[in-house]
Amino acid sequence: MSWIENRFEEGLIVTSLDWAINWGRSSSIWPMTFGLACCAIEMMAVGASRFDIDRFGAGAFRATPRQSDLMIVAGTVTYKMASRVKRLYHQMPEPKYVMAMGACTIGGGPYFKHGYHVVKGVDLVVPVDVYVPGCPPRPEALLEGIMRLQDKIKHQSIARDRWRGVKEAALT
Amino acid sequence: MTAEAIVNLLKTRFPEVIRGASLEGCHPHVVVDASHWPAVARFLRDEPQLGFNLLRCISGVDCLEDRELAAVYDLYSARRGATPDANWIAPHEFAVTVRVPRDAPRIPSVADVWPAADWHEREAYDLLGIVFENHPDSIDDVDGPHPRRILCPDDWAGHPLRKDYEFPLEYHGIPAVTEYGQTRPQH
Amino acid sequence: MSIVADTLLESRPDVLTDLDREAIEQGDVRTEEMLVNMGPQHPSTHGVLRIVLRTDGEMVLEAIPHIGYLHRCAEKIGENLAPYQYIPYTDRMDYLAGMNNNLAFALAVERLTGLEVSKRAQIIRVIFAELNRIASHLVSMGAYGLDMGAFTPFLYAFREREYILDLFESACGARLTYSYITIGGVTDDVPERFIDICREFLDYFEPKIAEYNNLLSYNHIFVKRTANVGVISAGDALAYGLTGPCLRGSGVKWDLRKVHPDCGYEEYEFDVPVGRGLKGTMGDCWDRYFVRICEMEQSVRILRQALRRLEGTPGEVRNKAGKTVKLPSDAVYYEIENPRGQLGFYVVGDGSTIPYRVKARGPSFCNLSITNAVVKDCLLADVPAIVGSIDVVMGEVDR
Repeated sequence: MSWIENRFEEGLIVTSLDWAINWGRSSSIWPMTFGLACCAIEMMAVGASRFDIDRFGAGAFRATPRQSDLMIVAGTVTYKMASRVKRLYHQMPEPKYVMAMGACTIGGGPYFKHGYHVVKGVDLVVPVDVYVPGCPPRPEALLEGIMRLQDKIKHQSIARDRWRGVKEAALT
Repeated sequence: MTAEAIVNLLKTRFPEVIRGASLEGCHPHVVVDASHWPAVARFLRDEPQLGFNLLRCISGVDCLEDRELAAVYDLYSARRGATPDANWIAPHEFAVTVRVPRDAPRIPSVADVWPAADWHEREAYDLLGIVFENHPDSIDDVDGPHPRRILCPDDWAGHPLRKDYEFPLEYHGIPAVTEYGQTRPQH
Repeated sequence: MSIVADTLLESRPDVLTDLDREAIEQGDVRTEEMLVNMGPQHPSTHGVLRIVLRTDGEMVLEAIPHIGYLHRCAEKIGENLAPYQYIPYTDRMDYLAGMNNNLAFALAVERLTGLEVSKRAQIIRVIFAELNRIASHLVSMGAYGLDMGAFTPFLYAFREREYILDLFESACGARLTYSYITIGGVTDDVPERFIDICREFLDYFEPKIAEYNNLLSYNHIFVKRTANVGVISAGDALAYGLTGPCLRGSGVKWDLRKVHPDCGYEEYEFDVPVGRGLKGTMGDCWDRYFVRICEMEQSVRILRQALRRLEGTPGEVRNKAGKTVKLPSDAVYYEIENPRGQLGFYVVGDGSTIPYRVKARGPSFCNLSITNAVVKDCLLADVPAIVGSIDVVMGEVDR
């Protein structure tokens, strides 16, 4: 919806439209099939029978980044993988969200100290919206992360550029 | 066949290439001279008494005190059971160590004897810097011909499992924080 | 000249007219070689495997696997931590079979230090290793179904797997990374009513295997896509160091639980299933898949015996000396039969509490090395079938 974002003045009332758009966005978060390590198994468990992520409208795992809204970075990011993670992130269309699942993606986790080949947190590579701690997080924790992301989406406004300030900071 | 019998057999067949043997402890093995290793390997595989057809593992070890690098080859001999339906058996297992100086670590490749050695040798080069000569997947660059790296990226510096390896501070612009005391760089 | 034209000229010269021949010789019938990059983000590579395929039309001429996207430096960490602290890292190697990985490392260290493990602890180890084998093969089956375009078996497999995870959770509190089997035994005794609940699960699970067979194994589409595809001969399998279901799929009846029993496996009655070429050639993808299904049946058999044995064996389950074990100046290489093959640990001690060198031999690492030899001259659509049937876990390939 970049054609509409940032086109209104600050005070303009777009609340109802916001509500409708955010409701649509938050109840159809399509994640990308992007399993890196152990956490990917828990991500699969979330998608399977008992935990059933479909209840949150987030069960349509897409095999390509170009159709997905959410990248769940499930597992350790290594230096060899980091450039691929970045490229996949750039291939996703806006609005896009990133969830760091597990201790390794948050900050290196158990591989922090002697892991010469492990990136110490995926936020050094791509911006992260929700952090889900655990090693690996339980499926309930991942569902909680999805709910937190939904909360975040519900507070967006089409009158506000999501990246305002961030882009300027990146340029300086 | 016991480890002692295997060592004796090797000693009679290759009197000058066996540099030593260790039969006590949990890991009986024989130390073989690097230049003659492919001939010994071929003998270990083809000799009907031995028949070591299953290469289990190649482990590289950095013996910093001796200024040496070692490659440890663990072998199994897998044989068909007495009847077609019987389980296969392992009449013997054995290990061979090849030790080379740390500043010129060159071992002839045995990937043509056991194809399984291909990836193990690439890994040993990647992590410890043991150069396997005549490896089927070699590249030639400033370091001379050596097997292609397998786990680390091709432009990785150093061999991480050497005891004197220094951790990288950054890789392609991604900072690496290696100690707890360091402050985390902002991105 | 293209491979298609070559093949036609060699194998079916009778179907070619003179005009065709002329066209081929002048290079009119020509396809171009193309490099296809599969992975590291690909739905059917089971993690972060990348395969570069050189293709000519639908034919694959060469497949070069690139690994290392999950290289987590486990061996370097092993050189810096005491064995007791290293147990959690072994969980994360083959994350579908954490119990078996703990067991392999614990056995290697126990062998090196000569630590005693009680009879009861050994039986508990067998129970959890076999339960984890079932759980791992269930994921393997479900994911293989997904690769072949069948979504339903995946849901069935995960339904049953959750029951096993509940059992694990009751014993150690974790769903995936257990650290339950530790050096000197297991961390704690099994909870109350564990044996009854485990029996209930076995009674529930055993008939399900026939259901999977009807649902997936004998499914016509599935058989068409896997039988006679990716045939590995017994000689090739041994030469490339394949182990586990990949080796047994080629008809080699080699199982470390029989060849080199540990934890008292010699006292249990079970068969070693091998591929027999029921739907096609011996050693094809279907055989490797079906060996896993048959192994689940055998695991149920072992579990029933082990549960009976556990009831009649009281005692301690943990040797407290395992926590502060001192490694002698010696080395050990020890392998056990993991769900994917032989997982080995090479541990070198130097007289201190921290090992001098820890090397893990991942079964998937060796199994994957045969990829190029098998995928060569297959169709592009067979690549997921072959890679899926090898059942790699990248955590163990890259360590």
